[in-house]
Amino acid sequence: MKRAFLALGLGFLWAPVLLMAAYAFSESRVPFQWGGFSTRWFTALAANERLLEAAWLSLRIAAASASLALLLGLALGWVLARHGHFAGRPIFGALAGAPLVLPEVVTGLALLLLFVGLQALTGWPAQRGAMTVWLAHSALGMAYVAVLVQARLASLDPALEEVAADLGASPLAVFGTVTLPLIVPSLAAGWLLAFTLSLDDVVLASFVSGPGATTLPVYLFSQLRLGMTPEANALAVVMLGGAAVLGGIAWVIRRPG
Amino acid sequence: MSLLALEGVTKRFGGVVALDGLSLEIGAGEFFALLGGSGSGKSTLLRIIAGFEAPESGRVVLQGSDITRLPPPARAVAMMFQSYALFPHLSVADNIAYGLRRAGTAKDAIASRVAELVALLGLAGLEARRPHQLSGGQQQRVALARALARRPPLLLLDEPLAALDSGLREHTGLELRALQRRLGASFVMVTHDQSEALALADRVAVLEQGRIAQVASPRELYDKPATRSVARFLGAANILEAGGLPLRAEVEAPAYALRPERIRLADVLPAVNGAAAIVLEVAFRGGDALVLAQASGQVLRVVLPAGATLPEPGAAIILAWEPSALAPLLA
Repeated sequence: MKRAFLALGLGFLWAPVLLMAAYAFSESRVPFQWGGFSTRWFTALAANERLLEAAWLSLRIAAASASLALLLGLALGWVLARHGHFAGRPIFGALAGAPLVLPEVVTGLALLLLFVGLQALTGWPAQRGAMTVWLAHSALGMAYVAVLVQARLASLDPALEEVAADLGASPLAVFGTVTLPLIVPSLAAGWLLAFTLSLDDVVLASFVSGPGATTLPVYLFSQLRLGMTPEANALAVVMLGGAAVLGGIAWVIRRPG
Repeated sequence: MSLLALEGVTKRFGGVVALDGLSLEIGAGEFFALLGGSGSGKSTLLRIIAGFEAPESGRVVLQGSDITRLPPPARAVAMMFQSYALFPHLSVADNIAYGLRRAGTAKDAIASRVAELVALLGLAGLEARRPHQLSGGQQQRVALARALARRPPLLLLDEPLAALDSGLREHTGLELRALQRRLGASFVMVTHDQSEALALADRVAVLEQGRIAQVASPRELYDKPATRSVARFLGAANILEAGGLPLRAEVEAPAYALRPERIRLADVLPAVNGAAAIVLEVAFRGGDALVLAQASGQVLRVVLPAGATLPEPGAAIILAWEPSALAPLLA
């Protein structure tokens, strides 16, 4: 009985993914029709300049926005967890978490209006593109990193930082030698989360992107309307493989001892 | 000359007074205990000496210089936390070396000092371990070694024995005192355990609601508690109010402390300093016996020597004591 439920649950989660992966190896042009085993779509994928370009752009934006989100989220989580009471703290805390609960269309529209307004006022950004997508994704990722950092800091014994100061460490040295090493796991998790969020975001990128800066999800989404080929399936298999490798690395790192 | 002087230190948290104009002097090479219940202000006092809290008024003077406004890293004071606060990401040796590294000590000097402390505290063979791989007693010794690494003239200990198993506590406490004697540094220990304070310290300050109720040697504190609340906190003593039982003491006071071992059984009820009583409980304790006796509205604790014939519960007895046994309580 228990096994049956387990199988049902796993099937619900994984059957669509596996089915999609299987069709990547189909000869047929129609993505939902089995036409015999073939790797032609992987070959086609390797030759599809626009798709590869979009994928490369997406990876770069994801890495860059995860990194910026890490820095800003670290600072934000640190302030929220360690600087107790200051004027406006409740409002600040609520605003910091807003991107987590705001619908993405709202965030996207707000950012679009911001960029357009800024351009009218200051001339910057001259054009919406990779830069504006990067900023938008960083803002979203920052909130997630901040939550993780804040939770980790809150669970640390404050005496650890106090004893470091007591032993002669300046505030900067306390942060570098005690705080930072102890929150590294949540920083790594935060970076990966922000990276993933950026990599599969369609909504924000659709709002704030411009000509010549099409990210992979936006490209795939636009291809849907023109009719998909199993190239998309092949790409999904490649990304699945990449995610599996990353997940494996994370698992090895996090294993204690 | 005193090593540390606190002058009129006052600290409030919100509307609550944690320390109320407290003054105290601690000598060089002294083992000093701050004894008090929860909320007495003893931990706040320790944190003010270490620099983690700033007093609203008053001064903290260490070795003749005012350190009231100095941040913790700039103070020649080391603190051992109740939780030990060992760095979980560093080995035992790196934990001990932490303060020396921050001070920019040369590599070989650090190595020799760490080796010295490892030997001093019996941590040989554990240098490469992480804190979570150590027993509670070992963790306590690593925390101690780390605090001592820079040879601070003053070491603050926040409930140093509270996290240990009861079996380990007595032994570790005596080791702590032997270490303090050997190093000649001043130790200031915060504790809520009166027997710990009396057993280890040269002098004990009893704290109540942010004020010092009494500072005295353990012997004096035990024999002559200054107030009712000190006597009550130290436990075991009987508190006799003037005007209750017929009393005649050497000094007039509103109340007296009477140690249970100074009460004896008598055959005839004396005119003063005696009471007729009914035995409630008798507990044989090996070296002696504890008798709880009901005497005119008050239960008296009486400790009888092991050789004495013990009364049965319910028996009528007569208790008596010398005038010198009555220690006057001022408040």
